[in-house]
Amino acid sequence: MLEESTIQRVLAAAASRGADFAEIFAEEKRSSSALLDDGRIEELTSGRDRGAGIRVVVGESTGFAHTSDLSEAGLIAAAETAASAARGSGTGTTIVDLDRVNAPRPNLVRIMPGDVPKAKKVELLLMANEMARAEGAAITQVSARYADSHRRILVANTDGILGTDEQVKTLFSISAVASGDTGMQTGRESIGRSVGFELFDTYEVGDLARTAAQRAITKLAARPAPSGEMTVVIGPGGGGVMFHEACGHGLEADLVGKGASVFAGRLGEQVASSLVTLVDDGTMGGEWGCFAIDDEGRPAQRNVLIQDGILVDYMWDGLRARAEGRASSGNGRRQSYQHLPMVRMTNTYLLGGTSTPDQILSDTESGVYISHLGGGQVNTATGDFVFGMTEAYLIEDGRITEPLREGNLIGNGPGVLTSIDAVGNDFAMGGPGTCGKDGQGVPVGDGVPTLRVASGLTIGGTAA
Amino acid sequence: MTATVSTPQSGHSEDLLALAASVLEQATGAEQVEVLLSRASSTTVKVYEGEVESLTSADSSGAGIRIIRDGRLGFAHCGSLDPTVLLETLREARDNLEFAEPDQWNGLAQPDGVEVVAQNGWSDSVVAFPVERKIALALELEQRVLAADSRITGIRSTAYGDAWGESVILSTAGIEAVDRGASCSISTQPLARVGEETQTGFGYDSGRVPESLDLDHATAEAVDRATRLLGAVKPPSARMTILLEPRLAISLMGIVSGMLSGESVLKGRSPFGERRGEQIASPLLSLTDDPTRSESIGAEEVDGEGLACRSNLLISDGVLQGFLQDSYSGRRSGSASTGSAVRGTRSLPGVGAQLLVMQPGTRSFEELVSSIDLGLYVNSLSGMHSGVNSISGDFSVGADGLMIRNGSLAEPVRELTLASTLQRLLLDISEVGGDFEWLRGGDGACSLVIQDVSLSGA
Repeated sequence: MLEESTIQRVLAAAASRGADFAEIFAEEKRSSSALLDDGRIEELTSGRDRGAGIRVVVGESTGFAHTSDLSEAGLIAAAETAASAARGSGTGTTIVDLDRVNAPRPNLVRIMPGDVPKAKKVELLLMANEMARAEGAAITQVSARYADSHRRILVANTDGILGTDEQVKTLFSISAVASGDTGMQTGRESIGRSVGFELFDTYEVGDLARTAAQRAITKLAARPAPSGEMTVVIGPGGGGVMFHEACGHGLEADLVGKGASVFAGRLGEQVASSLVTLVDDGTMGGEWGCFAIDDEGRPAQRNVLIQDGILVDYMWDGLRARAEGRASSGNGRRQSYQHLPMVRMTNTYLLGGTSTPDQILSDTESGVYISHLGGGQVNTATGDFVFGMTEAYLIEDGRITEPLREGNLIGNGPGVLTSIDAVGNDFAMGGPGTCGKDGQGVPVGDGVPTLRVASGLTIGGTAA
Repeated sequence: MTATVSTPQSGHSEDLLALAASVLEQATGAEQVEVLLSRASSTTVKVYEGEVESLTSADSSGAGIRIIRDGRLGFAHCGSLDPTVLLETLREARDNLEFAEPDQWNGLAQPDGVEVVAQNGWSDSVVAFPVERKIALALELEQRVLAADSRITGIRSTAYGDAWGESVILSTAGIEAVDRGASCSISTQPLARVGEETQTGFGYDSGRVPESLDLDHATAEAVDRATRLLGAVKPPSARMTILLEPRLAISLMGIVSGMLSGESVLKGRSPFGERRGEQIASPLLSLTDDPTRSESIGAEEVDGEGLACRSNLLISDGVLQGFLQDSYSGRRSGSASTGSAVRGTRSLPGVGAQLLVMQPGTRSFEELVSSIDLGLYVNSLSGMHSGVNSISGDFSVGADGLMIRNGSLAEPVRELTLASTLQRLLLDISEVGGDFEWLRGGDGACSLVIQDVSLSGA
């Protein structure tokens, strides 16, 4: 994307007023999407963005500027703006030697989405529409979306690092509306992986369509969700959203460092049931949150956060790690070249246990079984978090019975983590997610086996 | 095709219009083409513990190009105003439409003769405000918040931010619209701590003149929000009355306005689609989408398709009056655009509310509180994206707040949910406050009292 000598001159300009650290992050992103709605291919969209963000750190202060002009003159102008924003007071003329980061690619992309004819992408949407509607006359509306992106990044800094990465992602999602005497209900399903068009060799859009349609149809007969604290069993896959909110954000070093996390100062302590081993892993090949290097040039890592219930480590980006005199954990990420990096999760998951899912269920006298979760939200300072249930059932006498309408659950992170009393042996990754923090969205993955939270979760329904 | 593109400080959009015109020149006879070009500058200063934590200075630009031919629609966008890139983007949009299916209702917005209500969205004082004073403002806010209450032990972040920019929409249908705006804001997120317990707050102000940003207001709001929940406990489950202050009342109205989008109605996704002229809310509720209100910082001259913004009455005395439309949904539903297209450069226009205004009742906030025997004054709502379904109407959100007992604010509560359906919430409104205010986000709102909401707790 950029010549090495250009990079060196831009870094020199960035450090020209004196800097403890200067960095250039260049990005080129192509995206395409196609949308089917109301029985028709409604729109095809293409997008292209390229630019660079330049960061200059002086003491505790960061100056940042970005530009869509990747010419040397454009980059140097941005570097000077960033240097002046960092308000350094010294001088510096250093030209740094750059060493290429050797980070293994998490997976190979076999079929570049850009090489696939648009007609083939459109065909998938039409098929999904047909399959969803074939599930029954109750299905009254369907929308489906195909999207791919190809992101090339280059990161170089005054520590002498030069890294590049190429990140390809492909996504398919479908939403169905079912209508009946009880009104309308919705069902959604999506698949997204950091792979190319070969995604559709592994996943049938017809299966996704049927799942989404059945979710909507099932809920037509759903009763209002109960209200109050109950035992909750979460099915394998998407339940990782709960950990993302219950403790993931609270283990991000920037929030911890400012005292804005209930997990601050608790390293080495038992923060969860001994059944809980939680990992954040940017190296997982093909998963939605994987990469070779993070957006600060650090190779992806597999980081154990909680081991057998003991808090082992937080997640770190370069800035926070530098202040603590330790290495980044490969969690420095940003939405685009227009954003500063911060501590972000990658693929966050709970390791599998020994119980079979049947044992866990039959051992649960009454409660709620959640097989598909929506998004969530957390206040890291108090630990209170919510997450949505988009497919859920009552558990009665150890069996799954009636479907429930949608709603949120609320709990407190530390309380919920210590109340996990069963972890299944059926680990699965969940669907693709976008994690939002301080206005920036990044792709993340998650996964869990079947698990049970004995107490501490309150179901936000209306039934007494 | 050549064009010199300057930064928005120049204050004139002729160069952007000329650039857009040069793209339109490429349209073939059978094509309808619409070009949206924008550029913006912004600054964000974040301070922490008396130092500048980060200072971001940004210029950005973008373009979105929509082409329609034989009823087929193609779209492409780019993050650049480089004439070569714009031409490639036009070609991409043209290529994309080949694969879309024809729709007889597809088309660009046609000029409809509605006069633009002039707004004064620009501010030279934002553009001219020196960086050192931006930093000083943020540092002063941080200091004031820390000094305001001994229980405030830290601040996650305190920031000054501003942005100014302009955009133009030019189309072969004869649309030519220019939109310029500038604004600035301050915000702070303090942490209050007593013993092992931490609570968070948020304070904010925005405006078009940096010198008039109200630090006292932001400080008081942030400190009050952070400290008033200290000692909060989980309350027992019950059905009760809730009191939503204007800021939260409008977030509920925002969801409702989404259900009144003409596009949702056409596609069978609105539970109110067949109910025009019917009572869908308490007779106390009247709601208008009116971006022409100059008193609001959210006022706009034109919508996302370049049509003049106008006042649209949505609900009057609880009766559904009509839906919001962009040019597509207006044409297809046999009505017309209501000037309600919303979009950025990266997306096609969609239908949305732009500036919601609630009609006030008569009693003050204090009078509303004193009229409630047992209820919850809500401090914050969470999970609005995960537990609210505007198609089924299911509504379930996380919340915290202060109990109301015998007409007075009482103990703080947290870790609870509030649930009902959107349809019932509207009908269960038992009072609209007389405490109308223009929110810092632009909307005009009043407090709402809603009965019979399920609170789930211990």
